[in-house]
Amino acid sequence: MKFGVIIFPGSNCDHDVYWTIQNVIKQPVTWLWHESHDLENCDVIIIPGGFAFGDYLRTGAIAKFSPVMESVRKFAESGGLLLGICNGFQILCESGLLPGALMRNVGLKYVCKPVQVRVESTDTPFTNACQEGQVLTIPIGHMEGSYFCDESTLEELIRNQRVVFRYAEPDGRITPEANPNGSLDNIAGICSPGRNVLGMMPHPERATEPELGGTDGSKIFESLVSAMAEK
Amino acid sequence: MAAMKAYVYVSLKRSVLDPQGKTIYSALKKMGYKGLEEVRQGKYFDITLDGGISRAEAETEIARIAREVLTNPVMEDFHYRLED
Amino acid sequence: METVVASVITPELVHEHDLTPEEYEKVKQLLGGREPTLTELGIFSVMWSEHCSYKSSRVHLRRLPTYSRRVVQGPGENAGIIDIGEGWACAFKIESHNHPSFIEPFQGAATGVGGILRDIFTMGARPVAVMDSLRFGPLQAASGRPRNPSEIRKNHALLEGVVSGIASYGNCFGVPNLGGETKFEPCYSGNPLVNVFALGLVRRDQIFYARAAGEGNPVLYVGAKTGRDGIHGATMASAEFGEGSEAKRPNVQVGDPFLEKLLLEACLEAMQTGAVVGIQDMGAAGLTCSTCEMGARGGVGIEIELDRVPQRETGMSPYEIMLSESQERMLLVAQKGREQEVFRIFEKWGLDAVEIGRVTSGGNLRVLEHGRIVSDIPNRALTDDAPAYRRPMKRWEPAVPREMPSAIQRNPKPDLADDLERLLASSNIASKRWIWQQYDHMVQTNTVAAPGAGDAGVIRIKGSSRGLAMALDGNSRWCYLDPQLGAMHAVVEAARNVACTGATPVGATNCLNFGNPQRPEIMWQFSQVVDGISRACEELDIPITGGNVSFYNETLGEAIYPTPVLGVVGILDDVRRAVFPHFREPGRTVVLLRASEPGDLTDAQSEFGSSEYAKAVLGELWGFPPALELEREAALEKAILAMIHSGLVDSAHDCSEGGIAVTLAESTFAKGVGAEVDLRSEEQLAPEFILFGEDASRIVISCEHANLPRIQAVARKYGISAEQIGETAGQRLEIKLDHRRLVSSSVRALRECYESAFEAALRTDPEGAR
Repeated sequence: MKFGVIIFPGSNCDHDVYWTIQNVIKQPVTWLWHESHDLENCDVIIIPGGFAFGDYLRTGAIAKFSPVMESVRKFAESGGLLLGICNGFQILCESGLLPGALMRNVGLKYVCKPVQVRVESTDTPFTNACQEGQVLTIPIGHMEGSYFCDESTLEELIRNQRVVFRYAEPDGRITPEANPNGSLDNIAGICSPGRNVLGMMPHPERATEPELGGTDGSKIFESLVSAMAEK
Repeated sequence: MAAMKAYVYVSLKRSVLDPQGKTIYSALKKMGYKGLEEVRQGKYFDITLDGGISRAEAETEIARIAREVLTNPVMEDFHYRLED
Repeated sequence: METVVASVITPELVHEHDLTPEEYEKVKQLLGGREPTLTELGIFSVMWSEHCSYKSSRVHLRRLPTYSRRVVQGPGENAGIIDIGEGWACAFKIESHNHPSFIEPFQGAATGVGGILRDIFTMGARPVAVMDSLRFGPLQAASGRPRNPSEIRKNHALLEGVVSGIASYGNCFGVPNLGGETKFEPCYSGNPLVNVFALGLVRRDQIFYARAAGEGNPVLYVGAKTGRDGIHGATMASAEFGEGSEAKRPNVQVGDPFLEKLLLEACLEAMQTGAVVGIQDMGAAGLTCSTCEMGARGGVGIEIELDRVPQRETGMSPYEIMLSESQERMLLVAQKGREQEVFRIFEKWGLDAVEIGRVTSGGNLRVLEHGRIVSDIPNRALTDDAPAYRRPMKRWEPAVPREMPSAIQRNPKPDLADDLERLLASSNIASKRWIWQQYDHMVQTNTVAAPGAGDAGVIRIKGSSRGLAMALDGNSRWCYLDPQLGAMHAVVEAARNVACTGATPVGATNCLNFGNPQRPEIMWQFSQVVDGISRACEELDIPITGGNVSFYNETLGEAIYPTPVLGVVGILDDVRRAVFPHFREPGRTVVLLRASEPGDLTDAQSEFGSSEYAKAVLGELWGFPPALELEREAALEKAILAMIHSGLVDSAHDCSEGGIAVTLAESTFAKGVGAEVDLRSEEQLAPEFILFGEDASRIVISCEHANLPRIQAVARKYGISAEQIGETAGQRLEIKLDHRRLVSSSVRALRECYESAFEAALRTDPEGAR
């Protein structure tokens, strides 16, 4: 089992994800450079957070044209496990690998804080180690995290249990107050129809070690490990 | 051939909430500016062409750039104009 | 080759370049008697500006202690470096970007972050933390003191712009912001301060220096193209603001954090090849400063050809190219024959690297354009031989009463619970969550104590059990009342904040913000502050490894308070044992550690005038800062470290603004664990003095009751007092004085005051509020 972490020039959570996989989850992991087509036979690909190309046009708008994304698209279409975190989620939406878009936070400011998300579906390779309805505390850190899509897409996402995480109160209630960025329907993460591609705004790699304030994020990586073991 | 200029305007679709536009609008109201109905904000691109293509070709090329790169069709619209 | 182009330099031109007639004579003398070219005049002007030459401060800064066995690099390089063990070293420095931030808050603050980050990674260190110390004019009209609503609005806009500028740059670059401090005083309305601190980690044997060496080695230019940005930014930072300062906007540099991130990765990778001889960023005075300083440090010359310098704009003159302050540019000296290795790495990161010249023998900075020499100056003339002044000084007294005004003594008995709420909601004390939530403080996954979590920021070092704690402090009201004593407090409070986490302070950096040094009173303030810092650093054994001086912080002749900001860095041997300020659970014993005996009634009354209570509740300022006994403070800091290292302490919180009542309240917030405390009265002090007085050298800790005897034993050993004052309990904060209840408030209500006030102040329009 091998993880691959993509590096765009402005990725800045690449080292964090790499560290988590190597030192906390203790699995093999390698770097994948944005200009290369070679995914080096990785089983799980992670697009980390950051500002891929400075986020200067739109978040993820330039990254989607990178050579590595051509391979990533094929990888995802053939069922490969693909996780986009924060800027990675934005890139997946821009690339059309996930529906919708991530817009400027409704408060117009960058928000960095731990938030609670409710696990809406455990039927994914990213959440199989969670309980349905379980509330996880995972930090967010973004300026453009307000999820948006048209009504029919939203219906489709809901109907097929493709909303994987919603911003919630600590007791699991979904309220407007728990929504840190104005996301439609409190959406914090969604998956593809084949459930092998997940995009999420919260940073699970920031919540995997007790001295950093929590370990709920480990659930995402543990789920991936057990999903791969079953394969 | 003289260099042509293209001006591309990108804004959020009318159906999409524009928190920045809304904030600017309320600020303007608060400052006492009169006669305002709504503010929508967007982006503006000033593109200089190198003179190597015809106007018709430029028309097609700029439309493609605007559609494929400069906007995200999920949330944004665009229009553009060319100037000799 | 043609010789230097002749030019006519008029006295007016000299004056416009902020050079005095005497300085101009010295320029000619250093050039061997000839007149400078216009380009040379510009070069002298920026290099001899206060900002680059430290001409008013150099003679004083020599008094700062700069040595300890851990110091790898003291002042004089891009950043200071301290050995932190296990083969690691840390590079850190604080710098001001006050003037640019007043003129264009967003870009001014953003490029301030960019500049200090480059200072760190030029030394081979990866930046792992930034913090900032900000000063603004008031956000609200103070009670009883009408202030102009447009001034308040301007302060809101400055704060918003500065904070989003810092956020935008640091977040994109990917360095965690561990907080810092933000304070408000009327004197900063026309002169906000933006001081940015950065710290990076480097292996002890992989440090790089800004030194050119090796005749014939190529000089490479990397990064952004040169435009007309910030020409004379360095001289702007050395002149007072007048009415027209806002029209100076075109001078302001624009930052590109994405490009800086590419530079970081590319530079660190290029350094790994071994083909890089020396490297310096182009900050203030751009190409000029980087070339002559690298040459001077290495004792060599540098020759560059301006035609090769990548340019963003057309028709730039040599003068403009040499003085441009375009951001995100670096100058490298590479080993001859190995340039390609360096070029390849920059290309990988999508950056242009260009050879613009070479290292020469002799010691001149020689600049060519179209094959003609446009400037040929000995490096030393621009660096070591720059003017240094022993400017006249005059003792100065603040325009405040030194004794407590009698009107205050006759005040009716205050409602202390209400006063506590007012203090918690005052701008200087209230939670700055609104600010630091806009900063990514978790990226790099090292943040152990995030902003708002503690007295100091704490990060771990991956692959080591060690951690680093860092804090910024400076109480300028105290420095106004007594510059020397105020500066001593800045040092000891930053150090105490670091020590409260369990980290041993090992190094410091300072940012000294003052008015016009040509005024003898300002120069006296400066000298006093340097003395205060020196005395405190010597007593605590903390060397100063670098920093920055910012003069001319005046608008229309009104100077800011003397404002030294101290950044102290400490080492935690085991970062998992870092201690936080908050009470962790009920049933723990609350202990007040204090190093000095309380003064008498007169002292207390005089010192109370410098407190946050006097400012926020009474709307007054009088007296002196709290007395400070340095050797006892040092003992207190050693004692708290000994207690923490023996595992005796659950929580530790430095007692500062707002006195013991605010310290206790803050300790209850994080976990919602309340406390019942019974204080003893002293002398004939009124209760508000005991609750809100700001006596120095005090720490509130909580511990298991069983540990109390051992804590008291440690305290005795260090000659400090450790008095049990209560215990943690329930969800209320109860404070008694001699068994008489003065405060009984729910933690929730107090926290609400503390958490909501700052944003509420920003949201309130100054006219609507009154």
